[in-house]
Amino acid sequence: MQRKQVLEGIKVADFSWVAVGPQVARELAEHGATVIRIECHRFPDTLRTAMPMKDFKSGIDRSAFGTCFNTNKYGLSVDLNTPKGQEIAKKLVAWADVVTESMVPGTMAKWGLDYESCKKIKPDIIYYSTCQMGQKGPYAQFGGYGMFGTAYGGYSHLLGWPDGSPLPLFNNYSDFIAPWYLCTTLILALLHRRKTGKGMYLDQSQVEAGINFLGPVMLDYTVNRRIANRMGNRDPYMAPHGIYPCQGDGRFVAIAVSTDEEWDGFCRVISNPAWAKDPKFSTFLGRKQNEDELDRLVAEWTKDYSAEQVMDMMQKAGVAAGVVETTEDLFNDPQLKHREHFRFLEHQVIGSHAYNAPAYRLSKTPNHIWKAAPCLGEDNEYVYKEILGYTDDEIADMLVDGVITTDSDVPEVLREK
Amino acid sequence: MKEQTLLGGYRVLDLTDERGLMCGKILGDLGADVIQIEPPGGSSARNIGPFYHDIPDPEKSLYWFWTALHKRGITLNLETADGREVFKRLAKSADFVIESFEPGYMASLGLGYEELERINPRIIMTSITPFGQTGPYVRYKTTDIVGVSLGGMSRIYGEPDRPVRISAPQFYFQGGVHGALGSAMAHYYREMTGEGQYVDVSCQQAVVDALMIASEMWDILKMTTTGVGPGLGFMGRMMVKLIYPCKDGYVFTLIGGGAQAGFVTSSKALVEMANRDGYFLDIKDFDWTTYDFMSAAMAKVLGQETEGTKLIDRMQEGLDEFLPTKSKQELFDAALEKAILLIPIGDPKDVVESPQLAAREFWVQVEHPELGETLTYPGYPIKIGGIPPYKPQRRAPLIGEHNEDIYMKELGFSKEELAIHKNDGVI
Repeated sequence: MQRKQVLEGIKVADFSWVAVGPQVARELAEHGATVIRIECHRFPDTLRTAMPMKDFKSGIDRSAFGTCFNTNKYGLSVDLNTPKGQEIAKKLVAWADVVTESMVPGTMAKWGLDYESCKKIKPDIIYYSTCQMGQKGPYAQFGGYGMFGTAYGGYSHLLGWPDGSPLPLFNNYSDFIAPWYLCTTLILALLHRRKTGKGMYLDQSQVEAGINFLGPVMLDYTVNRRIANRMGNRDPYMAPHGIYPCQGDGRFVAIAVSTDEEWDGFCRVISNPAWAKDPKFSTFLGRKQNEDELDRLVAEWTKDYSAEQVMDMMQKAGVAAGVVETTEDLFNDPQLKHREHFRFLEHQVIGSHAYNAPAYRLSKTPNHIWKAAPCLGEDNEYVYKEILGYTDDEIADMLVDGVITTDSDVPEVLREK
Repeated sequence: MKEQTLLGGYRVLDLTDERGLMCGKILGDLGADVIQIEPPGGSSARNIGPFYHDIPDPEKSLYWFWTALHKRGITLNLETADGREVFKRLAKSADFVIESFEPGYMASLGLGYEELERINPRIIMTSITPFGQTGPYVRYKTTDIVGVSLGGMSRIYGEPDRPVRISAPQFYFQGGVHGALGSAMAHYYREMTGEGQYVDVSCQQAVVDALMIASEMWDILKMTTTGVGPGLGFMGRMMVKLIYPCKDGYVFTLIGGGAQAGFVTSSKALVEMANRDGYFLDIKDFDWTTYDFMSAAMAKVLGQETEGTKLIDRMQEGLDEFLPTKSKQELFDAALEKAILLIPIGDPKDVVESPQLAAREFWVQVEHPELGETLTYPGYPIKIGGIPPYKPQRRAPLIGEHNEDIYMKELGFSKEELAIHKNDGVI
């Protein structure tokens, strides 16, 4: 039986940009919602201007950073700084079930597109705002990305070695916590509307989303007044526990030994060397007290094997171990292949490239991707004519007036070169 | 009461241990009635620290406090025939079942999705495991560091020759939040059609989903991503430093310009502030709109020297001199006033004392009567309009705390039956 997709019939006007807002809308689009992404050539999404660019050539449709959060969406270009552009946006709000935004607080109000205004157009609209700090409070206006938010919210402090500098979270880590909280809440908001007829406003702080994944560390402070610190790859309850060098350039394996049984298995794999019988290492407390030396001895052993060999030998002996995978490894990882994690779609400019699958699989209504992320304004004709009902003449006028933006509106510094 | 939360009136049977607890915690945040089902003696997650006042007691684990918040707790031994029958009775009227056992274990007990679907076609069953239900890694033993490494996340942090993980476990929390999302999707479909389904979550995939563009960098440019210490970089080379020492700690800042108006304002204001103390006078009048950060950064990665890379070097050198003359608060005050993209590195104390989080009323109080104390917890990261503000339903359960509630009041066991089941190890 061919089932409908979960969110078929749900319509989304996606005014969000960068990472968190667009990922939520993408999740909806990959489960059947109709999502229109509203953008402008004059102020392209930052991610469209960031690496990785196809063939190292810049251009607003050449970045896989600009595509990876936007599968299945229809791309519309419009300048919201024009009155006509705002009129178009309001038509989209009237059409939509869900409105999204992720600007610095106050930006949408400037265009007459804040929640209260949208509610007047569509009384049962569901509307989300997501930004670093939330809509209110003394630091609400602080812009910036997840690297800033994770620096502020405890993560950088907890990344690195105790004798060294805190480290940045390359991946803007809270950008990959916040969307899942927001999307979960949004889906329930849709059901709430179905029951009560009422819309809803969701105001997310991405910093707070990050803090939810540091719950025990935060409680350790509020309850015990302990300020947890970064500890490299150590763990209070396991030893050996770390990342060790292997054969080959830049190859590493992670090993974690927690019980006596696992320690015995570990010793068998490394051929029961004399040092392992030394009382310094034969008990957990001993290993903990002599952990620097222990780590040196483990690294001395791992360096003669490939990371894959160590993982295989340790796993067979019941010890948790895994290759420290590089991104190249991920594309060859047999488990990820088995799960069909990377899915390829043909993008108009970039060509065939990889998109991540969600981490959850629904048995009856699996997610489905069919459309690579749009080039900026790629679906103008479909959206302006079919969805908004404009005539060819009206569209021509809006092009002439610069309401509908095109490639010629892209700032010089961002043009293809 | 039902309309006061988004999941009020829906019941979750939570069979997970530390590998899946976060999922039910989030559903509980949203108002679901979560029944945590622990093996007799209690969940293994109760052994995970830190502990309340550092007392290593299964009733004092802060990890448990956090991940079992909102939940009611019962004990049940699924390895007994009677235990399985009790579970099936509970499943008949439940809306969600969440589990994190080894793949195949629930089916081996006759409690797999197919069986539960027969009992209750509306049920949603969500399994949260390190790698999903099938595949070559399915029997692998995992911990946080092994999981985040197999998901590629320790490789992108640290230094080129020293990958590192976040010093607070993330692997299973990632699986948990994706489990909540998958469950919500399935719930929407169920509300539309009356039909439940099975949700299969892989924590490894959740981590790969969190790598931002590291996978894309490899896919289309064949460039590897490693940590490069306190900066941003690729191919083991730092493009730009991001974290600098200041007088009393560290701050994070990113110098940009070009087409991004926010960066132009920020860089200009930062240089002006430093000028007042005599730093950066040589680039006092630099026009930041002409600074092509992406090209300069790329030149850095390729080991080239350009005007752009010289500017990056000049800024870093100057910031290393200027920032240590100021405190975190002085710098952040200036940043907020002048729209400089600079923020202090917060430790847990700074986070708990943040005026922003206080203004958002983020922290919530949870009563722990048996400790004679009210403890401060992080709140939900979204303000949900139109319903009462977020409030935890109750503190995490003690072992078997709600056995009488569920077994006697709900399932109608007599005191004698409960005693028998306790005696024969079912409860």
